[in-house]
Amino acid sequence: MAYHSLKEIVDYCERRKVSFFQAVLEDDMEERKVTQQESMASMYTMWDAMLLASTAYDGSLTSASGLTGRQGALMEEYRKKGKTLCGDFISQVVAQALEMGESNACMKRIVAAPTAGSCGVLPAVLIPYYQMHQQEVEDIHKAVIESLYVAAGIGQVIASRAFIAGAAGGCQAEIGAASSMAAGALVYLKGGDNHQICHASAIAMKSLLGLVCDPVAGLVEVPCVKRNVTGAVNALAAADMALAGITSAIPADQVFDAMREVGEKMHVSLKETGEGGLAATPEGIRITKLLIRSH
Amino acid sequence: MNIFDILGPVMVGPSSSHTAGAVRIGLITKKLLGSVPVKADITLSGSFGATGVGHGTDKALVAGLLGMDTDDIRIPESFDIAREQNMEFAFSKENIRDAHPNTALLKVEAASGRALEVQASSLGGGRVMINKLDGIQINVTGERPALIVHNLDQPGHVAEVTSLMAHKSINIATMNVYRDKRGGYAVMVLETDQNIPDSAIEWLKRVEGIIKVTRLNIGEEG
Repeated sequence: MAYHSLKEIVDYCERRKVSFFQAVLEDDMEERKVTQQESMASMYTMWDAMLLASTAYDGSLTSASGLTGRQGALMEEYRKKGKTLCGDFISQVVAQALEMGESNACMKRIVAAPTAGSCGVLPAVLIPYYQMHQQEVEDIHKAVIESLYVAAGIGQVIASRAFIAGAAGGCQAEIGAASSMAAGALVYLKGGDNHQICHASAIAMKSLLGLVCDPVAGLVEVPCVKRNVTGAVNALAAADMALAGITSAIPADQVFDAMREVGEKMHVSLKETGEGGLAATPEGIRITKLLIRSH
Repeated sequence: MNIFDILGPVMVGPSSSHTAGAVRIGLITKKLLGSVPVKADITLSGSFGATGVGHGTDKALVAGLLGMDTDDIRIPESFDIAREQNMEFAFSKENIRDAHPNTALLKVEAASGRALEVQASSLGGGRVMINKLDGIQINVTGERPALIVHNLDQPGHVAEVTSLMAHKSINIATMNVYRDKRGGYAVMVLETDQNIPDSAIEWLKRVEGIIKVTRLNIGEEG
């Protein structure tokens, strides 16, 4: 039956005395007629694929267009010098987001989450968190899997109330959705309650409302790769705010409805057509012409 | 949408429509042909032509023709693999009239001499539609098994096909029939709930008046 609002999920949790993760898991079991083991095995597969994609990053590669590549490696090199503004953890997140976005651009295997263009956001926050807590938290693997259910549940609600495709609603529908999902997952991992999960996902989405999809030459590279960083860092800040007790004045479900309205009003040139925004700048046009000529 | 439409699929990037969808188009074409082609002439239309190379659409289509699925890490090397397997392939760009923006036309030939012309479009999120087979509209999604029968426009062929399906306990989900003119060339397009066995295909090929039989099975080789 799939949830249509976060409120429905929270109500279900209260009624059945279960966690956010269980509410999404039980719905998946009902929806796809699978056992708990089968559902969780599928989620483990997704997580393994994310980890594998992360280790398969090749910092020497550039994409077929030549527009992206090596950025994750540069960020990682810089981080290791220990002089970043953001500190070590956020710098790892930045590097991870760049790496995953670049791997996607370089035709490596990734996990669409929710889309290929936004595939870097969730692994960017979850993988460094996972690595950091591997020693101290006994069952960090299981906790991360559970947090992926929380992310998927939020994504499902966004897809149901709005959209998760740049062509339908702009970048807010891809990076915005991924960021909102990641924020909820992080609050869950840190032991926040269901309301804090909802506030975090609302705060993350609110901050990216209106973001347009304006890829140069129509390719999933500029600005997509770096927007994965924006989505990831935004998710961390939103999660920390929610965990601090800061709330969103507008409830998450209404924020998602606003995302839909903004997406519908967005001009078609700003929805993955490569005709507006950065794609239509003189430099964007120059790059596009160059690529068409060389192929 | 189930939660694995949100988290997933595991795929080779960069684009679900221009890469994953293109792999699916190639793979479905290979299945329709019945084997890996020895020769493929591929026309890229619309956005496939304009941004296809940057998205690896060309490599993705060839990968599919070789039998690879959307998560196969060999997709970027598909051209080399095709050459090793002696598959001849060529690309051209041309805007096909009245076609979806992401469309490819694949003219393929098997070692047996069997040839097919498949026009297909990528609808987004990795979903595809096979629009035309040998120039005739079929609109098959490739999400369900399908059977396409070309026959002479004579009484009885529809009954032969449907009774064969009944005999094999195959449920027909959708069925469309077309013809060019009375007594001319006719086509039946069936989408089914079960895969269509080899024995059914062999039987149909022997029926007088049936010219060509094409099948798409789901989740198996061939």
